[in-house]
Amino acid sequence: SPARELTQNPLQKTWEPYDNGLPARHSAQRGVCMTNCPTLIVMVGLPARGKTYISKKLTRYLNWIGVPTKEFNVGQYRRDLVKKYKSFEFFLPDNEEGLKIRKQCALAALNDVRQYLSEENGHVAVFDATNTTRERRETIYKFGEENGYKTFFVESVCVDPEVIAANIVQVKLGSPDYVDCSNDEATEDFMKRIECYKNSYETLDETLDKDLSYIKIMDVGRSYLVNRVMDHIQSRIVYYLMNIHVTPRSIYLCRHGESELNLKGRIGGDPGLSVRGKEFAKSLAQFINEQNIKDLKVWTSQMKRTIQTAEALGVPYEQWKVLNEIDAGVCEEMTYEEIQENYPLEFALRDQDKYRYRYPKGESYEDLVQRLEPVIMELERQENVLVICHQAVMRCLLAYFLDKPAEQLPYLKCPLHTVLKLTPVAYG
Amino acid sequence: AWASYMTNSPTLIVMIGLPARGKTYVSKKLTRYLNWIGVPTKVFNLGVYRREAVKSYKSYDFFRHDNKEAMEIRKRCALVALEDVKAYLLEECGQIAVRLFWTKRDFISGWFILGTWKNNVIQRCFCSVWSLLDSHKASLSVSQEVKVSSPDYPERNRENVMDDFLKRIECYKVTYQPLDPDAYDKDLSFIKVINVGQRFLVNRVQDYIQSKIVYYLMNIHVQPRTIYLCRHGESEYNLVGKIGGDSGLSPRGKQFAQALKKFIEEQEIVDLKVWTSQLKRTIQTAESLGVTYEQWKILNEIDAGVCEEMTYAEIEAKYPDEFALRDQEKYLYRYPGGESYQDLVQRLEPVIMELERQGNVLVISHQAVMRCLLAYFLDKSADELPYLRCPLHTILQLTPVAYGCKVETITLNVEAVNTHRDKPSLNSNNLPASQTPVRMRRNSFTPRASADVVKRPRHYSVGSKPPDLLGPFLSLE
Repeated sequence: SPARELTQNPLQKTWEPYDNGLPARHSAQRGVCMTNCPTLIVMVGLPARGKTYISKKLTRYLNWIGVPTKEFNVGQYRRDLVKKYKSFEFFLPDNEEGLKIRKQCALAALNDVRQYLSEENGHVAVFDATNTTRERRETIYKFGEENGYKTFFVESVCVDPEVIAANIVQVKLGSPDYVDCSNDEATEDFMKRIECYKNSYETLDETLDKDLSYIKIMDVGRSYLVNRVMDHIQSRIVYYLMNIHVTPRSIYLCRHGESELNLKGRIGGDPGLSVRGKEFAKSLAQFINEQNIKDLKVWTSQMKRTIQTAEALGVPYEQWKVLNEIDAGVCEEMTYEEIQENYPLEFALRDQDKYRYRYPKGESYEDLVQRLEPVIMELERQENVLVICHQAVMRCLLAYFLDKPAEQLPYLKCPLHTVLKLTPVAYG
Repeated sequence: AWASYMTNSPTLIVMIGLPARGKTYVSKKLTRYLNWIGVPTKVFNLGVYRREAVKSYKSYDFFRHDNKEAMEIRKRCALVALEDVKAYLLEECGQIAVRLFWTKRDFISGWFILGTWKNNVIQRCFCSVWSLLDSHKASLSVSQEVKVSSPDYPERNRENVMDDFLKRIECYKVTYQPLDPDAYDKDLSFIKVINVGQRFLVNRVQDYIQSKIVYYLMNIHVQPRTIYLCRHGESEYNLVGKIGGDSGLSPRGKQFAQALKKFIEEQEIVDLKVWTSQLKRTIQTAESLGVTYEQWKILNEIDAGVCEEMTYAEIEAKYPDEFALRDQEKYLYRYPGGESYQDLVQRLEPVIMELERQGNVLVISHQAVMRCLLAYFLDKSADELPYLRCPLHTILQLTPVAYGCKVETITLNVEAVNTHRDKPSLNSNNLPASQTPVRMRRNSFTPRASADVVKRPRHYSVGSKPPDLLGPFLSLE
């Protein structure tokens, strides 16, 4: 049979085969997650070990790179069911009533997981609970098998009392459970809560659990034990988890100073700074000096306007080609009016789906996110960083940090001559 | 440059493990990967030094821990190797040295020497430990292929070789001290690879390059498989000599696609994955195969910027300086508004990582892209890469063997134009009138404040020059 004809998708500019005038789905676009079956990530660990922190962060990362992911926090289900939290006694191992409710919550959460993965086109579900007994993990693993999910465990082990105390202060004291208590009361109660789990805690074991796929994170990332990584997405998850840290730091995002083409309303190109742009660069230098930031790294793109801005700071900086502005292809250096006049269809398509729209011979926001992934990974590894980039690029980075979905990303406000300072707190 | 943030100070990677655990295999593979992504790396293999020192290997007796004379020789070899490591990292601007140790005792003595050097010499020491906990089987199969063809065993028959080698391993086991992550070695940076990648223990990863190394080690495997690389069928633009663009297949190109389909069917490859770029000509080629394929935007041909859709004659006429510059430094040269081969390598790194993870794969791509991928598999330097021969209508079949890759060229006997340009011989007529530094491009601006980008030479992963064992030695003090 002859090869099928190809037609170019007008929005994304991708070539698709068609049969009888309709697009045929015989080829797949290379996204990130080429898993055929969904993945169930199961958190494991005592309370205050960072499980929810990891769940939320991992979910945010996977969604940003285009893998539909959702987290299911069993504690939240418990709070919805038991309207008012009384004390740690709820968690005592011999509290029949408590055990019943907690099991009910776990099952309700698993049910929602099934709905998300099997009916709502989710790719990854993160099941956030203590899951500290082998028995509980067996149940979840069986659930995964029955539904055709691959299960991957993420355990956080930490014995450092300072880290645990810091966690409690950061996220537990403000929890709805302790809204009516003083800080001391809350801390005391929470410590007793942790004790309830300790006796029955069965950590993932090299021998007993040798057939499971898991990563065991020790002491907030000092070391890791990784077992039986099964596929691409699990390998990406492991890489991500091994690169994140919790050391306090700040990330500064800004655009280059105003450029000559900005003044003319033209997009793209490689112009230099305008007079006001150069003023901004000087003000930025002053601002950075005043902030007295420890070991600040400065990153720019390889376009003249970001480099000129960095030059004014008088400190070493690194140029990343992947931080270059979105490539507008045939529309480079045009004004929006000219684009509308010369390419009215393109102009309209862009407004329809700005995230997926790819300029002819250029890029889309979606392409930009894939291109920027190594930047995000390195930002996670680093501490204090100033990134001097461009409008579309800054929107993508911001969307990652602020967990903005694809629909909102291309409309995030990133004006010139404005610095956004991002500092991680609690879960965000 | 891309590589500049990766390493501030040189890194020494130390391989640890009993013989036949895959250390040399991984050392060479890791070195090949690091050199390809632009981090100058070199392997220092103690076995090579030992073979130089002891011209003919007699038997496993050499490796007995109570053989004092042999221990002396081995210690000297270690010291000489360390001197070479130091020279490579400090004087030759190498970034990473990969050293193979056999036992922890060797490592400890080496560590003392490192400690006596000046402070900033080697700040990063990363250990890669290879252990096989379960059966003897896996180690036997590795041994058979690699050790039987080792220079140590030139004439012996297979059984004697295996016997001697197994006894050699036993010698090591007597003194082998595995890394102890919970106590003694908890401050070391290391990765322990167990059972050929089934399990990993990772401790104190210090920086970006160590994290990349860990990620790489976690993605490679040793299962036999085959990778097929080819270009799209001849395109309409190929016919008229235009570069780039997004044209469709010519009639001969379509013929090639049909021939490719027949070839693939005849090969009867198990679970073959097919990857294309997002340009029409590769997709059209894949469509003929009648199987599922995946499109990767990052497999798109090199972006020729302002030169897109021009012929080489047109480029030479319109941009004579650019044209000359490209012939001078084809790897680093970036088209105005476009890309360089160096950019392409960075772009293709996720493809290489995924190729490592996968089994049998057919990658239908483009000339420059295929050159980059081929250079990775065949360990070609940046100078050779842009001139590798990747003609149309030809499939390269790559099969991992021992420490490298076997290449088989398969021409499908469908005629096509030749798109290859050799490096022209340089004479003064070819140099442009206005000499611009290679790195001044329209889309980049050489900064004054940052550290200079030094073009780092690529090094091959072979043992370094033979040691002079008759000369004076450093003492341990």
